[in-house]
Amino acid sequence: MLEKYRKYKFLFKQLVKRDFTRKYKRTVLGMAWSIISPLANLLIMYLVFSRLFGNNVNHYAIYLFAGQLVFSYFTDATNMGMSALLNNAGIFTKVNVPKYLFLFSQNVSSLINFALTMVVFFVFVAIEGIPFSWKFLLLLFPTGCMILFNTGLGLILSALQVFFRDMQYLWGIMTQLIMWVSAIFYTLDSFTPLFRRLLYCNPLFVYITYFRQIVLNGAVPSPALHGLCALYALLAFAIGCIMYKRYNQEFLYYV
Amino acid sequence: MNEGKILLEARDVEIAYKIGDFRDIGLKEWFTRKLTHNYRVEKFKAVDGVSFTLERGELLGIVGTNGAGKSTLLKAASGIMEPSAGSFVRRGSISALLELGSGFDGELTVRENTYLRGAMLGYTEKFMDDTYGDIIRFAELESCQDRPFKQLSTGMQSRLAFSIASLVEPEILILDEVLSVGDGAFREKSARKMEEIIQSGAATVLVSHSLEQVRQLSTKVLWLHHGRQIALGETNAVCERYQAFLDGDQSALTV
Repeated sequence: MLEKYRKYKFLFKQLVKRDFTRKYKRTVLGMAWSIISPLANLLIMYLVFSRLFGNNVNHYAIYLFAGQLVFSYFTDATNMGMSALLNNAGIFTKVNVPKYLFLFSQNVSSLINFALTMVVFFVFVAIEGIPFSWKFLLLLFPTGCMILFNTGLGLILSALQVFFRDMQYLWGIMTQLIMWVSAIFYTLDSFTPLFRRLLYCNPLFVYITYFRQIVLNGAVPSPALHGLCALYALLAFAIGCIMYKRYNQEFLYYV
Repeated sequence: MNEGKILLEARDVEIAYKIGDFRDIGLKEWFTRKLTHNYRVEKFKAVDGVSFTLERGELLGIVGTNGAGKSTLLKAASGIMEPSAGSFVRRGSISALLELGSGFDGELTVRENTYLRGAMLGYTEKFMDDTYGDIIRFAELESCQDRPFKQLSTGMQSRLAFSIASLVEPEILILDEVLSVGDGAFREKSARKMEEIIQSGAATVLVSHSLEQVRQLSTKVLWLHHGRQIALGETNAVCERYQAFLDGDQSALTV
C-alpha cells in the first residue's frame, strides 16, 4: 500500500496538475469561477425564495448557503468524476497505471473548489453576525465523510459510464431530483414527521443538516447523525472500490 | 551479470477479448436485449496457447500479419491486460512502449507534458528534474518548451514522445513498432538510440513489421498467426519460413 503510494505519488501529482490546468485554461478569471458560479446560484436562489416567496427563517442566507455548499461540491465532484475513466481511456489502454488515479485526481480539483467556497461561506457567516465557536471544527467530520462519499460515488459512476454512456444524462436528471429532496432552499416546518424522517435516506440531506446544526443552531449533532454521515460515506466508497476491483480488466473492452 | 536468468516467461498464454453486442449500446438496448435473450457476448481468442521464455541478454522478435495478436500479447506481457488462461512470470522491472503518443494533452505545454508522460512511464520526480534538459535537447525542442503541445507539428510531437521514452532503463523492455520516428536526421538518431537501449537493456521483446529489422536485432523469433504460435526459435530459420509464407507459400504455416 505504502509502496504503491510512493510509486504513484509523482504521477498523481502530475495528473492533478493536468486536470487543474485544463479546467481553467484560457478563462480570464480562472479559479475565480469556482467561487463565482456557486455564489451566483446562491444569489438567485436567495432573491427568489426570500424576496419573491418570502419566508422568515433566521439567517436564511446562511441556511441556503449551507445547502448550496454541500450540493455544489456533490454535483461538481460527481459530474467531473464520472467521465474520469472514459476521458483517460487513451492512457490506461497503453500504459499500466492504476485506473482509480484518474478519478482521485479529478476529485482533488473538486475538493479545492469546495474549500474555496467554504472560505466564502465563513465570510458570510461572519457578516451575518453568527459567532464563531470551537464547534465549527467539528465540520471537519462531515467534510471528511463527503470526500469519501463523493469519491465513492465517482468510482461507481465512472465505472458505469464506461459500460453505459447514457449515465451522463441519467445522472443529470438524478442530481436535479436529489436537489429537490435535499431541503436546500425550503424548510421542513410544513412537512409531516414521516416525510422529515424519510429525508434522512438522502445522504446529501444528512450532510447539509450537519452543517446547519453546527453553524445555525450552534449545537453538536446527535450520535445518530454522525453515524449516518459515516455510514453513507463508507457504503459509497466500499461499493466503488468493489466495482473497480471487479471490473478492472473489463474496462478495457468497452473503451 | 547472471547470464541465462529467465526474466520473462509466458506459460501457455491465452488472451480472450469480449466481442459482440455489448459495446456502445445504451441502457435501453441493454435492457431490451437482456429481456429478449438477445444479448450476446462472445469471446474471441486474440492469443491462444503462446509460450516463450526470455533470458537476460536476449531479444525476442515477434512477427505476424495484421490481427495475429502481437499487440495483444504485448499488452498482457506488460500487465495492462490479464491473460484469460495461462500466465506471465516477470522477474524484474518492466517497461512497455506500446504507443509513444498516448497520454499527451494538447492543452498543456511541452514542459508540462514531458513531466506528465514521464510520470506515466514510472520515472521519479527527481529523475525528471535531472533529465528534463536532456530530453528537450534530444528532441530538439529547446525553443518551444512553453508552447501548447497541440501547436507542435506531428513530427515534433513524436520526437518529444520518443525522447521521453528512450530514457527508460528497465530490465524487461517491450517495444511495439517504435524503433524509429521522425524524419531524416532524427530517424537515424532515434534508431541509433534505440539500438543503444536494446544493447544496454537486459531483455527485450520487439514487435516490428520490418522483417529486416527483426532479422538484424533478434536473438530469437516468435511467429504468430491468428493468435496461434506457429514457430518459435532461431532467427534465420523462423524468418525464412515467415518470408516464404508472405510470398504465398501456405504450407509454411504447417511445416
